[in-house]
Amino acid sequence: MTQYLLSVHGNEEQNAAVTPEQIQEMFASVATFNEKLQADGHWVFAGGLMPAATATVVDGRAGSPVLTDGPYLETKEHIGGFWVIEAPDLDAALRIAAEGSAACQGKVEVRPFQSEPEA
Amino acid sequence: MVATLVRRFSDIDVAEEAAGEALVVALEKWPVSGVPPNPGGWLTTTASNRAIDRLRREKQRDAKHQAAAMVHDDSPHEPTGVVEDDRLRLMFTCCHPALAQEARVALTLRLLGGLTVPEIAHAFLVPETTMAQRITRAKAKIKGAGIPYRVPEVEDLPDRVGTVLAVLFLIFNEGYLSSGDGDPIRAELTTEAIRLARILRQLLPDEPEVTGLLALELLIESRRAARMRDGRLVTLAEQDRSAWDRSLIAEGHALVRECLAVGRPGRYQLLAAMNAVHTDAPSVADTDWAQIVALYDQLAAIDASPIVALNRAVAVAELDGPEVALAIVDRLPLASYHAWHATRAELLRRLGRDADAAAAYDAAMALTDNTAERGYLSGKRDELSAR
Repeated sequence: MTQYLLSVHGNEEQNAAVTPEQIQEMFASVATFNEKLQADGHWVFAGGLMPAATATVVDGRAGSPVLTDGPYLETKEHIGGFWVIEAPDLDAALRIAAEGSAACQGKVEVRPFQSEPEA
Repeated sequence: MVATLVRRFSDIDVAEEAAGEALVVALEKWPVSGVPPNPGGWLTTTASNRAIDRLRREKQRDAKHQAAAMVHDDSPHEPTGVVEDDRLRLMFTCCHPALAQEARVALTLRLLGGLTVPEIAHAFLVPETTMAQRITRAKAKIKGAGIPYRVPEVEDLPDRVGTVLAVLFLIFNEGYLSSGDGDPIRAELTTEAIRLARILRQLLPDEPEVTGLLALELLIESRRAARMRDGRLVTLAEQDRSAWDRSLIAEGHALVRECLAVGRPGRYQLLAAMNAVHTDAPSVADTDWAQIVALYDQLAAIDASPIVALNRAVAVAELDGPEVALAIVDRLPLASYHAWHATRAELLRRLGRDADAAAAYDAAMALTDNTAERGYLSGKRDELSAR
C-alpha cells in the first residue's frame, strides 16, 4: 500500500463566481465521496483550505524567521484542498482521484508519498 | 525475458541489467560448453540468479528480496503462457496513460522492441542524452508513483488497449512518414510496430481493434516499395501498383474480413477497411470511392475531428468532384496543418485555379520538414508553372 496526496487545484477568482446552490451541491457530493473513501478503507486524511490570500510564508533557514504575506507561488491557480489516501497502486489512486475531481469540480494532482526512508 | 524478470523483481533496472549479464555469461560459456537444450530458459534462470545476487549485494529491502527468492524457487521452468502474459503486462506498463506520450513510445521501443537508446534517439531525431534522460525519468516514475505491472481491470481494458494501440500506431507512422528532415521513411520503425502489433494480437485475440491495427499497418506497409521514387513521395494515385506486396495485402485483407465478421467496428478497423478497398482496386479509377466515403462517414461518427473530415473530403472529390470537396475543405479550421494546404492545392489545381493552387503548395511546403513530401509538393508546383 502506498499513500498518495490528491491535491485540488483551481482558480480562486473563477471559483468566487460559483453560486451558493452550486457550493451546497459540491459539499454534498464531496461528503458522499469522503464516506465512500472511509468505507472502502482508502481514507487517511482530508481537508479544504481557506483562500490563498490567508497564507503566510515562513523562512526559518537562517537566524530569525522571515515572514512574507501571501502564498509561496504568485499565481492565479492555488491548492484549495487535499486528500491523503491509501491505495495499492497508481491505477487505484487515479480512479479515486477521478471520482474526487468529479465530486469537488476541480483538477486533482496525484502524487505518491515517499515510502520508508532508503537505507 | 526482460518482461519475465520485471515481473519477478518488480524493478525494470534490475531486470535489464540481469538480462544483459546473462547474455555476457552465455557468450563466454556457450562456445566452450555448447548451447544448452533450452537456451531461453537457461538465460532466464541465469539472469534471475544474477538479479538475486545483485539484490543481496545491495542489501535492498528484505521483503523485496524474500519475495523474489520465493518466486524464483517456485518456478524454475518458465511455461510459455506466463512469458506471453509478462510481455502483455509490460506493454501496458510502458504505455500507461500517466506517462507522457513520448515516454511511452521510448519505453516501448526500449523494453519491448529491444532497440538501443542511440537507435531510439536516432529514430526520433533527439540527442542520445535527451532520450536516455527521458527513459530514466519514465522508469523512475513507474517505480516512484506505483504504476502497476499488470493487465488492467476489465472496466479499464478498452481505454488502456486504446492507449497501447495509439503508441504502436505512432511508432508505425513515424517510420512511414518521418516528421524530421532525415530519412523520409524509417523501415526499422514500421517493421517494429508491425512485430509488436502481431504480438499484441496473439495476446488479445478477442479485441477487434488490435486486429484492425495490424491489418492497417500491413496494408500500408504493402505499398512501401511504391511510395518513393528518386527521393520523392509518390501518392496513391500515381503509384506503380505492381510493386505492391501481394502477400502483405492478402494477409491484411484476411484480417479485415475477420473484423467484419466480429461486427464491432472502431477507428483502426475502419482505416484498415479503407486501405483494403484501395489495395483491392487495379487503378484509382476502379476504386470503390462510394465505399470509401461510407467508411469515412462511419469514422466521422466516432471521431468528429477536422482531420477525419479532411481525409473524407479527398474521397468526396473522387466521388462528387473537386468543387464539392473544396467547399468542405475550406470550412475546416486546419490552416496550420500542411496536409490541409496540400489537399486544397490539389483540388484547386484540378479546378484550373493555378495561381491559388501554387500559393497553397507554397503554404504546404512551409509547414513540413519531411524531405520526400517537400519534393513531391515542389514537383507538383513546378508542373503548374510549366503548363
